[in-house]
Amino acid sequence: MNLQTALEMGLNKAEYAQIIDLLQREPTLTELGMFAVMWSEHCGYKYSRPILSLFKNYREAQEQGALENAGVIALDDDLGIVFKVESHNHPSAVEPFQGAATGVGGILRDIFTMGARPVASLNSLRFGPLSNPHNRYLFEHVVAGISHYGNCVGVPTVAGEVMFHASYSGNPLVNAMAVGVVERSRIAGAAATGIGNPVLYVGSATGRDGIHGATFASVELGPDSESRRPNVQMGDPFMEKLLIEATLEALASGYIVGIQDMGAAGLTCSTCETASKGGTGMEIDVRKVPLREADMTPYEIMLSESQERMLCIVQDGKEEAVQAIFKKWGLHAAFVGRVTDDGLVRIRDNGEIVAEVPARALTDMCPTYHLDTREPEEIKTLQGFDPLQLPEPHQLSEPLTYSQCLLRLLDSPTIASKQWVTDQYDSMVQTQTLFLPGADAAVLRIRGSEKAIAVKIDGNGRYCRLDPFAGGQAAVAEACRNIACTGARPAGLTDNLNFANPEKPAGFWQFQRAVQGIAQAAEAFEVPVVSGNVSFYNETPEGPILPTPTIGAVGILDRIEHARGAAFTDAGCPVLLLQAYSDPSGGLGGSEFLSLIHGKEAGKPPLLSLEGERNLQQLLLAAAKNNLSATCHDLSEGGLAVALAECCILSGIGAYILLTQAMAETLPLSALLFGEAQGRALVTVNDEKDIARLEKLAQSFNVHAHWIGTTGGQELRIAVATTDCIRLPLGDMSEAWESAIPRRMSLSTAS
Amino acid sequence: MATVRFAVLRFPGSNCDQDALYTIRSIEGCEAEYVWHEEKTLRGFDVVVVPGGFSYGDYLRCGAVARFAPVMDALHQHAEAGRPVLGICNGFQILCEAHLLPGALVRNADCRFICRIVPLEVERNDTMFTSAYTAGETIHVPIAHGEGCFVTDEATLAELEEQGRILFRYSVKDGAKNPNGSMANIAGICSSKGNVLGMMPHPERAADKLLGSEDGRRLFISLKNSL
Repeated sequence: MNLQTALEMGLNKAEYAQIIDLLQREPTLTELGMFAVMWSEHCGYKYSRPILSLFKNYREAQEQGALENAGVIALDDDLGIVFKVESHNHPSAVEPFQGAATGVGGILRDIFTMGARPVASLNSLRFGPLSNPHNRYLFEHVVAGISHYGNCVGVPTVAGEVMFHASYSGNPLVNAMAVGVVERSRIAGAAATGIGNPVLYVGSATGRDGIHGATFASVELGPDSESRRPNVQMGDPFMEKLLIEATLEALASGYIVGIQDMGAAGLTCSTCETASKGGTGMEIDVRKVPLREADMTPYEIMLSESQERMLCIVQDGKEEAVQAIFKKWGLHAAFVGRVTDDGLVRIRDNGEIVAEVPARALTDMCPTYHLDTREPEEIKTLQGFDPLQLPEPHQLSEPLTYSQCLLRLLDSPTIASKQWVTDQYDSMVQTQTLFLPGADAAVLRIRGSEKAIAVKIDGNGRYCRLDPFAGGQAAVAEACRNIACTGARPAGLTDNLNFANPEKPAGFWQFQRAVQGIAQAAEAFEVPVVSGNVSFYNETPEGPILPTPTIGAVGILDRIEHARGAAFTDAGCPVLLLQAYSDPSGGLGGSEFLSLIHGKEAGKPPLLSLEGERNLQQLLLAAAKNNLSATCHDLSEGGLAVALAECCILSGIGAYILLTQAMAETLPLSALLFGEAQGRALVTVNDEKDIARLEKLAQSFNVHAHWIGTTGGQELRIAVATTDCIRLPLGDMSEAWESAIPRRMSLSTAS
Repeated sequence: MATVRFAVLRFPGSNCDQDALYTIRSIEGCEAEYVWHEEKTLRGFDVVVVPGGFSYGDYLRCGAVARFAPVMDALHQHAEAGRPVLGICNGFQILCEAHLLPGALVRNADCRFICRIVPLEVERNDTMFTSAYTAGETIHVPIAHGEGCFVTDEATLAELEEQGRILFRYSVKDGAKNPNGSMANIAGICSSKGNVLGMMPHPERAADKLLGSEDGRRLFISLKNSL
């Protein structure tokens, strides 16, 4: 082998030299391929690892050598919740249907590999504007891919978010999250232990798809990306469904010592990681691997990313019992090798050795880099802009009323109803989904437990561009606020860090600052980040994406009765605005209003007080627990007016809201109505006599509770002092909100 | 009263089998067991449920492979003996492929999968599947399918109408729309003997107040009461 081949595989000169040094010889083609995928950023986290150690849990797990496929939190004494998010951005950019479908498949495998039954899927998606036909094509096919895969495997897709921004044109983000339930005493591990134990390959046969997929994920997208289509894997959800049932049955037999799914870097990754984790070696013969094409080379077999495959280390002597389970489900189950004691991953081709590499050389010895960071020059200019200096909408050259502004916001695809998307997902299978998509967070009962869980995923790239530290904090705060609005206690987080090229100092600075923000918020809320994924190189020749960390959150409800929905339940209920802290900027910086009405994406992002957020979360939980709140809805994109409109549309009940000038303080009305100041939520109570009780409770958590109006009627009317500033029939708002996406998608998607 | 025993068939790719089992077991006087697709007998079961999902991946055509499963001979015998068979979603598709019911389920009119709670009209309540409903009642039951558009030839459709074999229709009252383009808004039909019902909506998903509707529960109660 030579340096040229190494460079073509994405390694650099120094890394190639290091490989020769490790092996004390030139690598074979197969070995070089194995190093290239394992030392890619996607598998080896060679750039992100130093930054990820900012996460307390990651650091501790790393120190204890206990980094598993997905983290676990306790639901009750017996059951645990396993969850993780993972990106499939690059594959989805070139082959949206299969890219998104296999994203769902991959994350589900991470869950059931641990012995957990998957109970919910979520996703966080980003696309360029729908005015562009290629973006419509990507949106349509990503959603169809998720629908195709998720529906077939019988795991409900219960929540998510979709946002649109020009920076994602041609580089969509597809972050798939999965949640599973496991008996805490039976969590499966991924270590290859027990010298001589047989190694069992199960699932689909290995084909030529997805070779070097992990390497592809570790470069920028460019004009030749289309030619990378063969790097994209093909998904077979039917096979995955069989694999779920067979794997859980096999794990329940107690005869599986260790198990790992074959995701990125396929057989290479699963052999060297399980051996490395077990402190052992492993020897396999690629000719024993079930193949789709008999003439595949060892290189191709080791690097294939064919989907729906697993590697199991089986107790010696229990081969037949385990094999029988997989055969019953109609799956391939082939013994391909054994665990050895020499620390080497030895690959044979019909007996002949084609690769022999220390397992740890591929894993722990992956080089890490401390990259340069530099604050992007645009930050100072962006933050220097003061949105409060802008004219009010009625003062614009083309004047708009506040009602017109609200209708425009409801018609913005980022804010509008996502029913066009969620109708395509089976959100109800397993009959555990109590709150369907569209709620602040999905709520699921868990069979076998008194408790329920709430799940959600959130992120806002626009805030992160203006200030990645505050943006990272805001993403955690919003996800936890959403969870708390449903009445659940935030209990665990997973993060998907979608960023641009880390080798550019500005890109890496964004990454570092955002991670610092996320880690700090998680520690302040005492909610651990238990798992995560990093996706770099999200940029096209037109530029980088907005830095977009998405945060998946899981919360726990001690009792199902504590669950609260966003929709108003009845007419005549008092509406209260809970506000944990005030934001002198009015929360207009980076807001949807600023972008849509003024065409500006600048300013400082909304102020974030971690202490205030925590107080609000605790108040929301207490209000639900004490049966004080009847409904609850988070304030986010589009601010107070949009949140009120959503509560009205979801319930078919209007509201009459009276705001005082004092509430606006010195801020313009647009900030009061549409500003995205954080730390706020809307609640209703059943009765006027509950108002004082809620106010008192709020006070004890240092949160202001403003009684702002009452539900009822068939319109949303918002007055400030004595002047109506918004007055819209429910039908007009519903029409704008519900038709926004279908109307745009009814245009051709020809690309 | 003796317990009514339900068999829930399990094909590779079934994914509503568990939901059907839980729902049936939650009804007093009902028992339910899984029956693996390779079994050859259904003796001892009063009712057979063919659940939803993607049997054999729904490759080729929905239900087209499942009709050849080993258990299907026993299912035919069970149906011919006049015993009740309930096919839900993919189960309905399988029963059509197996010619236990006429017609076929094709791609939804807008070519997209649709999951939503929809209103249904209960056409009659003098059948073993609907006795616990009121004739003409509107109930709310979820649908979740990509191929739920019922089609058949005109003569068969006329026969279904004349013989009163359309038990459930998608409601088109109060602004509700036919969700998938089904002929005559058909959501569920039964065999000429009345003992085989196929329906696209999922009654097992609407059997618990916590999930938003209990309307599907009465279908299982009707079955229990008929035996």
